[in-house]
Amino acid sequence: MDKTDSLLRFITCGSVDDGKSTLIGRLLYDSKTILSDTLNQIEKTSHKRGLSAVDLSLLTDGLQAEREQGITIDVAYRYFSTPTRKYIIADSPGHEQYTRNMVTAASTAQAAIILIDARKGILTQTKRHTYLSKLLGINQFVVAVNKMDLVNYDQEIFNSIVKEYKALFDGISVNKNNQFSINFIPMSALNGDMVVERLENMSWYQGDTLLEILENVDSQSTNSNLAFRYPVQYVCRPRDSENKELHDFRSFMGRVESGRIQVGDKIKSLPSNQESTIKAIYIGDQLINEAISPQSVSILLNDEIDISRGDMLTELTNTPSITKDFNATICWLSEEPLNQGRVYKIMHTSKIAKAKISSIFDKIDVNTLSSIESEKIETNDIANIRVNLAQPIMSDNYFDNRKTGSFIIVDDSTNHTVAAGMINNIN
Amino acid sequence: MQNELSHLDWLEAEAIHIMREVAGQCSNPVLLFSGGKDSLCLLRIAEKAFRPGKFPFPLMHIDTGHNYQEVIDFRDKKVTELNERLIVRSVEDSMARGTVKLNYELEPRNKYQSITLLEAIDEFKFDCCIGGARRDEEKARAKERIMSFRDSFGQWDPKNQRPELWDLYNAMTHKGENIRAFPISNWTEMDVWQYIEREQLELPSIYFAHKRDIIRRDGAIVPVTDVTPPKDGEIVENIMVRFRTVGDITCTAPVESHADDVQKIIIETAESRISERGATRLDDQMSEASMEQRKKEGYF
Ligand SMILES: Nc1nc2c(ncn2[C@@H]2O[C@H](COP(=O)(O)OP(=O)(O)O)[C@@H](O)[C@H]2O)c(=O)[nH]1
Ligand SMILES: [Mg+2]
Repeated sequence: MDKTDSLLRFITCGSVDDGKSTLIGRLLYDSKTILSDTLNQIEKTSHKRGLSAVDLSLLTDGLQAEREQGITIDVAYRYFSTPTRKYIIADSPGHEQYTRNMVTAASTAQAAIILIDARKGILTQTKRHTYLSKLLGINQFVVAVNKMDLVNYDQEIFNSIVKEYKALFDGISVNKNNQFSINFIPMSALNGDMVVERLENMSWYQGDTLLEILENVDSQSTNSNLAFRYPVQYVCRPRDSENKELHDFRSFMGRVESGRIQVGDKIKSLPSNQESTIKAIYIGDQLINEAISPQSVSILLNDEIDISRGDMLTELTNTPSITKDFNATICWLSEEPLNQGRVYKIMHTSKIAKAKISSIFDKIDVNTLSSIESEKIETNDIANIRVNLAQPIMSDNYFDNRKTGSFIIVDDSTNHTVAAGMINNIN
Repeated sequence: MQNELSHLDWLEAEAIHIMREVAGQCSNPVLLFSGGKDSLCLLRIAEKAFRPGKFPFPLMHIDTGHNYQEVIDFRDKKVTELNERLIVRSVEDSMARGTVKLNYELEPRNKYQSITLLEAIDEFKFDCCIGGARRDEEKARAKERIMSFRDSFGQWDPKNQRPELWDLYNAMTHKGENIRAFPISNWTEMDVWQYIEREQLELPSIYFAHKRDIIRRDGAIVPVTDVTPPKDGEIVENIMVRFRTVGDITCTAPVESHADDVQKIIIETAESRISERGATRLDDQMSEASMEQRKKEGYF
């Protein structure tokens, strides 16, 4: 496989007007994927608003309602490519009331760009963005000190922000056992300085440009080095009467959510605990010898064991917990508050189970990161809770495995996704 | 030891996973198949997701009655090859029923597809339609969910979409409601062409450069056909063109091109400065927000 071809997902976080939309517009523009008719439209709109220069933020601020308000109210996905990498940006807004959007955007990201306005320095929001990124398991950070043009490209200002940020970062004791990488970069998104191009203004900065940093971020985020986890999504039984070969064919279809598996490897099916070995692995009609995360494959076993959607194939020794009770940190997404008396559903890997919130331990004030006692959970709240399930799930702690440690809560009267959760402290 | 997937392998794995979630969660899904390049990618994904089994859904084409014959022939050939079931529902049947009323005889019919689609959803009680829309096609799509919720009027409400986290997709519906599932949401036009090349997918011939009678009207190239005749005084030229999307004849324009194979199209796409919809959809140029408006009304 071509080592120089990969895919990276990242988020951008900043307070309102720090320049997030401008930065993304700049990345798209300078990586030359901005297409001329899109630009024509932007020029027209800029004109309508009486702006003189092209406003790059209009590239990313998409929906009609939001254009009218001039703010970003949801998560938008943007794409650009270099010759070696495809990028997916999740753009989440910086407003106070939209913690849930940032949590949504961060859930699939491998890296975070934290934007800081050089004039304002570190704000309450900077702490919140860093906390939420860490909480969602991101361990690669790029801190971009933007609008350097408005502070005379002053190196001292940059240095003091770097120092202050490091202290802030170390003070957030989330996901303590993992390794983090942090890169700092001074920039002017508006002028395109240090985004893709390196202009003359900051010769004191010898580090990489933002794009160079992104090109070197680890994109596989070690998922294929974790223990093997294979939630079964679908069982294929063709039972084709015309084709004898297919009569007894039975394969288990799913995605290698973590780790890797080879033909001949021993596996266990959970929750039944039955063991077998891998007979064959397919992608479509192509036989492969080894599957790695996050490939979607189809697995045949050497023994006839009963496996259905919601079960999980794992390796023999390093197995997930089979549990009906666990602690979790959740973010409440719905406008309607939690009703502790109600039964909800949770979706975890390919499994759906009935769930009750059996206790609320505390809530986290996302600005001060202090613990608040509370019996209520409402929109945008981050809370530590205990969940009680009607059927067991096979899970790991979130910081060990983002795929088997995450779940969503669904209200089955509306079918809305009302909360997102990260499992910790399984017992 | 392999550690990392190429971007195409990654996108393919994601799309297969999404399709299997539809199969696992929905009781009566359908795959919308137009014969176009995005839906041909969906069919290859479906093969990789479900073979040697049959697809756990039928295919459905909403026919405007204004299609290039090459595309219809190709559609039927493909369905025969795959040995899957195709449902065709036609805007002209809705016109006969009186549920679609054209404003004038040769009015573009794209926007009426949503009515015929909703009628078909109701007829077959589909709870999910798998489509080939991509987030990079248009600005209003950038916030589209992979599992996009539509109410019982088929309406898309940007304020009432379910948050999507990790790769946990909530496709649950009540009776009468519908999910539009977009497995190739995260693909760009370039990814689609690269995938077509890698998988050696066959396409309808109009995707490749060919000679065609056209007229130039308001900066767009309009193909000369029975339903798009030249107006008085317009000059008919015969030039090399190709289509970047296929759809209703009255609102799909070709681009000038000499790219007669996938390789050349990839090179042109890389160099291109005009996005797919801007270049080729005659009806999208009206307003920046027109797509958002159409989605609210139940368009794919
Ligand atoms: N001088 C200067 N202005 C900037 C820079 N980056 C963004 N801006 C301006 O700051 C304002 C807010 O930017 P925007 O990208 O909309 O911020 P967002 O709210 O974070 O998305 C706009 O008027 C931008 O033109 C920069 O590097 N230098
Ligand atoms: Mg913005």
